[in-house]
Amino acid sequence: MSRELTQAEALREALCEEMRADKQIFIMGEDVGPHGGIFTVTKGMFDEFGGERVRDTPISEAGFVGAALGAAIIGGRPIAELMFGDFAAVAMDQLVNQIAKARYMSGGKVKAPLVVRLTIGARGSTAAQHSQSPHAWFMHTPGLYVAVPSTPADCKGLLKTAIRNDNPVVFCEHKKLYFVKGQVPDGDYMTPFGVADIKRQGKHATVVAISIMVNKALAVADKLAREGIELEVIDPRTLVPMDWETIFKSVRKTGRLVVMDEGCFTGSVAAEIASKVSKECFDYLDAPVERVCATDTPIPFSPPLEEFVIPQEDDLEKAVRSILVGAACA
Amino acid sequence: MNREMKIGLLETMLKIRKAELQLAVMFKNGKIPSGAHLYEGEEAIAAGVCANLRTDDQITSTHRGHGHCIAKGMEPRRMMAEVCAKSTGCCSGKGGTMHMFDPSIGVMGTIGIVGGGMPIATGLGLAAKLQGTDRVAVSFFGDGASNNGAFHESLNMASLWKLPVIYVCENNQFATSVSVKRSTPIEDISVRAIGYGMSGVTVDGNKVDETYAAAADAVARARRGDGPTLIECKTYRIRGHFEGDDAIYRSKEEVQAARERDPIEYWKNVLLGDGTISEQDFIDLNEKIEQLIAQAAQFADESSYPTPEDALKLCGGNPSLLVK
Repeated sequence: MSRELTQAEALREALCEEMRADKQIFIMGEDVGPHGGIFTVTKGMFDEFGGERVRDTPISEAGFVGAALGAAIIGGRPIAELMFGDFAAVAMDQLVNQIAKARYMSGGKVKAPLVVRLTIGARGSTAAQHSQSPHAWFMHTPGLYVAVPSTPADCKGLLKTAIRNDNPVVFCEHKKLYFVKGQVPDGDYMTPFGVADIKRQGKHATVVAISIMVNKALAVADKLAREGIELEVIDPRTLVPMDWETIFKSVRKTGRLVVMDEGCFTGSVAAEIASKVSKECFDYLDAPVERVCATDTPIPFSPPLEEFVIPQEDDLEKAVRSILVGAACA
Repeated sequence: MNREMKIGLLETMLKIRKAELQLAVMFKNGKIPSGAHLYEGEEAIAAGVCANLRTDDQITSTHRGHGHCIAKGMEPRRMMAEVCAKSTGCCSGKGGTMHMFDPSIGVMGTIGIVGGGMPIATGLGLAAKLQGTDRVAVSFFGDGASNNGAFHESLNMASLWKLPVIYVCENNQFATSVSVKRSTPIEDISVRAIGYGMSGVTVDGNKVDETYAAAADAVARARRGDGPTLIECKTYRIRGHFEGDDAIYRSKEEVQAARERDPIEYWKNVLLGDGTISEQDFIDLNEKIEQLIAQAAQFADESSYPTPEDALKLCGGNPSLLVK
């Protein structure tokens, strides 16, 4: 059985169910308390759990993210909400130098079971300091797990896995998906990390799409299917760990790959996927691996500029057609 | 303070001093793969503060953290083996001189980033409160860190939430090469406590009875739920910032003057003066600790390095580490 929930509702369900089950779990961040979070994820939770466990913090990102680590290494299971992923830059010492490395540096003497929830993506002209998709920063930091869910069901299942994980997880929620609805299974379930979801089977080209780009890829796949072009769309769901085998298997079948990601082009998650596939699937590739990413610019304010910078369905369609030139289906 | 406690403070300071001087020799002999930031002359702070702590109380420390580890109860050989990058060190050679942990005795990290331990100690205090215990957390940091944003964020949150955290500023007069007079526009760093609505006090960090008493007050305040304290301990960094630093930024006379305010000599004379110990007691204690440190150095020296493949263990991303 399932119900239709928004991403925000699905995330809230995961948080509430986990907090009811484990008293060590608490949330802290800016405006998570009576306000309920600017994207409504913690709405009502202050009333149920109180201000000690749904804790409004001062504007102190380094302070409360670091405090999450302190609580985690002594048996707490904190969830720090960073609101905008861009603000992770303010807390980078704690994220990169402390949280990611505590278990390793200590020779395994401490563990850091914490989740840092943050938002990614452009939504409604919030421009360069509130629109970034910085998940590659975290993938590039050994010691962090990174989740990038694209559906309400995965939001709930992956967040539960993140909370119960004994390692630090950066949980990247796309701003444009908070109020998008989807079917969410009833009851307590966990979505495993490192298991990609093949959203659509196809044989002519593989599209690995990240976060909201999954929806765009599926729309393009629908459109091209009407011409007989069958795309296989894969949602990796977590970047660390990455389900490389599912990606390799798909590319070995289709011989072609486009990676679609809202992170900017250079030094991106898409670049990492392209690199690994180019080596592991070299003998199977019938075309160069293509990347459809944001441009290597800050995210601009003006809507036509923002739309230009962010990867769109047309961009993906062009990329797919470019690698299918000469293919039997084209 | 009873006799046992007084002698305990002397013993802790001697342990730290002798361990650090031994490490200085080992550094010269190429036994340490990195530099090392030694704590000589600041022993009265770690000893006086940690003497107020229970095993389940916790500390975070700094790049100059060997002394805090010993004062909190770490066996010198575990500390020294870690500094020498050996598999028998407290972090199996993965952390090293600037990153030491032993949660079983409350050492929750000597942190290599200046100021980086302060939010973590704040979180330890938050957890103590949420978990309904009367544990306290101590954050050791320096005059340099008091100018970092982490100081502000941590003290503000701790005071706001009345967390059981004691912030111990070891004002050793230098942030690497820069004198505190050239970095900080106030005489006493403890006055910053006023701005956070918390208690603040400055003590002579070379007098272990003063550091002990200030920490006793602060720990009692924290345990009864009355919130954090900022303690500034004025001291002097006798050695360079790291071993091999020629410290051209200060005069020999200045260092010599500081050496004459030696915290161990001070406390030894107090204990001789009040009859707590005799000269022979001191000689015996000194000898005992010299042996302990010599054995620790030998242990560190003779221990093996970790195997290279150990580098791959304990890091996220490996699915086998994923599920608890």
